[in-house]
Amino acid sequence: MSTELLVEISNLNFAYDSRAILKGINMSFPKGKLIAIMGLSGCGKTTLLRHIGGVLKPTKGYVKVDGQIIHDLDQEGLYKMRRKMGMLFQFGALFTDMTVFDNVAFQMREHTDLPEEIIHDLVMMKLHAVGLYGTQDLFPAELSGGMARRVALARTIALDPMLIMYDEPFAGLDPISLTVVGELIRRLNDALGATSIVVTHDVQESLKIVDYVYFISNGAIIAEGSADDIRNSREAFVRQFVHGEMDGPIPFHYPGGNFSKDLGVRV
Amino acid sequence: MALVSSLRGIGSRVVNAVWRIGYATRFFLMTLYYSGLSFRRFRLTVREIFFSGVMSLIIIIVAGMFVGMVLGLQGYETLKRYGSESALGSLVALSLVRELGPVLAALLFASRAGSAMTAEIGLMKATEQISAMEMMAVNPIARVVAPRFWAGVISMPLLAALFSAMGVFGGYVVGVVLIGVDEGSFWSQMQGAVDFRHDVMNGVIKSVVFGVAVTVISLFEGYDAPPTAEGVSGATTRTVVESSLAILMLDFMLTAFMFGE
Repeated sequence: MSTELLVEISNLNFAYDSRAILKGINMSFPKGKLIAIMGLSGCGKTTLLRHIGGVLKPTKGYVKVDGQIIHDLDQEGLYKMRRKMGMLFQFGALFTDMTVFDNVAFQMREHTDLPEEIIHDLVMMKLHAVGLYGTQDLFPAELSGGMARRVALARTIALDPMLIMYDEPFAGLDPISLTVVGELIRRLNDALGATSIVVTHDVQESLKIVDYVYFISNGAIIAEGSADDIRNSREAFVRQFVHGEMDGPIPFHYPGGNFSKDLGVRV
Repeated sequence: MALVSSLRGIGSRVVNAVWRIGYATRFFLMTLYYSGLSFRRFRLTVREIFFSGVMSLIIIIVAGMFVGMVLGLQGYETLKRYGSESALGSLVALSLVRELGPVLAALLFASRAGSAMTAEIGLMKATEQISAMEMMAVNPIARVVAPRFWAGVISMPLLAALFSAMGVFGGYVVGVVLIGVDEGSFWSQMQGAVDFRHDVMNGVIKSVVFGVAVTVISLFEGYDAPPTAEGVSGATTRTVVESSLAILMLDFMLTAFMFGE
């Protein structure tokens, strides 16, 4: 991965109080690529994404986005940077008091002086891009989970961001929506010439679309490589994760003490 | 050990309470600082005035009417003992304009609009709408909180005035129409007793102060609510309890300043 970098993470450490969440993370995200960050729930994936978005400050190390250390920016600088980013939240985070149209138009109205006719055309194009032209007058409560995710995707790409971040984009979707959202993530990345970071634990769907994968466990990178590298990995944790095995480095049983003793059985 | 532990518990509660007061003050100052958008795009504030003010009209009108009717009935029974039934108009108007109008309208506003504001913002936080806004480089304090704050501050005195007006009408219906107090003396006593600056304006000042207190508490509780169902439910309850206590406490302080000798 030797092309120009859009995001660079160096020796990133982060702790809540004394509890270490991220430990010495080094990652590179070249421009135009679609990269996945995978790992179990609670392993620090979303925390990592929040660092890239400038929501959290690392306790050590840095995160550079488009050549600037994001956590050193003041609020104005941070907001300027965020206008070039898009983030798709786990369940879409659509504004429930607005129609689909107003949701997609939200950033255009907040950040540009475009006339309403142009905004109308742009919103329709974004909705068409995610296959939901015709839903503009519906409210989020009237959409299915998959449709809501696609509307959120249209809102995320409203201002053609250079960096798109996806937080668990496949969570809770039916198989058809899963494929549709996966395909859209790949297509939009290529069409917009953007860089995408997908945080997910859905291995099968994401391996179909990504260029590169980082595997995180307990806040540290334990494996990385292309989709094929990950599929053929000999690393025990990765194998268990990719093939969904019940037991392995991640044990089936919670470390809950001596079960036999609890039942009064003498061994 | 038990003593140390209980002392530690008290200390922790005090520190938490002080921390929350500091956080709420900072939140209030931030709301004022980022209020520009609420006036530059006034339709955002107008929309919130509709939700918090206009939607509270029914409860304010009905409650104001009944409170005035009760005042008319009780006031007449008491004044009759001293042969001063003609003073019913001034009793009803002064009670409403000075005290009951601002206080009861604020209590109703806290229960109806304040709790709704807390629940709405709390749920926006729980469903990541606030985070999404921040990630879209839109300041949620400026876009979500400040318009609601100004809507509350603008709506509150208007609702209190309406409450008082409906109360006076309720008092008139019971006192004059049903009981038969002389209509001329009812209105003339009222006109003579109520001073615009001393009574009406002080009532308006009270309702503005209550409006600020109720909306700040409601918005802060929503914004600070843990992003869970229990968190939002607890925050909504706290809004009603804290707002009600704040209204009654502030009312005593303001009354002491305004009407104390």
